[in-house]
Amino acid sequence: MSGSAQAEVRLSAPEVRERVGALPDPELPVIGLGDLGVVGAVAPGADGVLEVEITPTYLGCPALPEITAAVREVLIACGHPEGRVRQVLAPPWTTDRITREGRRKLAAHGIAPPASPAPDGAVPVELAGVPCPRCGSRATRPHSPFGPSRCQSVLWCTACREPFPHMTAL
Amino acid sequence: MSLHLLRLGDDALVLGQRLCQWITRAPTVDEDLALSNIALDLIGHARALFTRAGALDGTGRTEDDFAYARSDREFTNALLTELPNGDFATTVARQLAYTHYAVLFYEALAHSADTELAAFGSRAAKEVAFHRMHADRWTVTLGRGTEESARRMRHGLERVWPYTGELFEEDAVLRRLAASGTAPSPAPLYETWLWQVTAVVAEAGLTAPTPTWSARGGRAGLHTEEFGPLVAELQSVRRQFPGGTW
Repeated sequence: MSGSAQAEVRLSAPEVRERVGALPDPELPVIGLGDLGVVGAVAPGADGVLEVEITPTYLGCPALPEITAAVREVLIACGHPEGRVRQVLAPPWTTDRITREGRRKLAAHGIAPPASPAPDGAVPVELAGVPCPRCGSRATRPHSPFGPSRCQSVLWCTACREPFPHMTAL
Repeated sequence: MSLHLLRLGDDALVLGQRLCQWITRAPTVDEDLALSNIALDLIGHARALFTRAGALDGTGRTEDDFAYARSDREFTNALLTELPNGDFATTVARQLAYTHYAVLFYEALAHSADTELAAFGSRAAKEVAFHRMHADRWTVTLGRGTEESARRMRHGLERVWPYTGELFEEDAVLRRLAASGTAPSPAPLYETWLWQVTAVVAEAGLTAPTPTWSARGGRAGLHTEEFGPLVAELQSVRRQFPGGTW
């Protein structure tokens, strides 16, 4: 917090958080980092420097360096050039962290979202398959557990006879 | 501690590199995706482990230093992870052995007194459990497939089994870490591992081999003949463009 830095416009932590949350995920650009649930606390560290916590979806997520670079740019643009990005592994990311809005966006772009978290922690029971994002049919079956990116698997819709990606529940 | 993290990181990196060799050569496009996704996870595990090892040993070495600036003899991976891919069934057998071990080990690591390592362990265990599902499914599919696929699966198991014992070896480093609650010893996990893999192999209509010898030496930097070319391939870009970044 040097004297010269005070002259710049320094956005508050909540404002920075909002901007970081709006960044698109490099692998799933239809969804923002905030809706994906990878942005943790945005607050000054022990030394007063603003820190952005990022929880990686998968340890080997190839988008991590890109995400880190993008967050750093936001920090600079928001008047926090010395700001830090910190990777946090605990608690681990799960698909429960994807917001309702995030799920809606995924479905709108042809990616079946993971099952919604049950409000009271109960395990949701799926009586039929994941609904096809194209035709809505639940007559779907797994095709390949590994899909176009690490967090997606491929399912097969027996109604419209098209394969579609599904964000694997984790 | 950093010594042990390096061993785990080397296991993940070397196996990840081996699996990458399947890209464009896997039996189907889906399998290409599956094996490369698994490799990606493993390389992610290696990166996290190397970064932590470099921070702990005081040398400040980065993940790249560990992956690209060490000689063959400095790698301490278990020999199982460097075994050549062989045919698809041999790769499946190697995956079966490694994934069942890794899930058990990382689940135990999730209780580490070191909170960062514990977080890594619980996360990595979940990812490897997904890889284990893949290995189990293929073991059963091949075992219960045709006479030829069953023969190859049997051969694959026989080929890799002598190399499984090394994963559970315990030494002074591990005993010290286990005593301090920092990292679990893999030795007590062996019984569970054997019970689990035997069950999968039985479901595949096959029998788990009882090897007459056990390979060792990987943890001491002694490797198989096929390891040199693997490291050369891994480090080739870095050698052609020293100091390059990507």
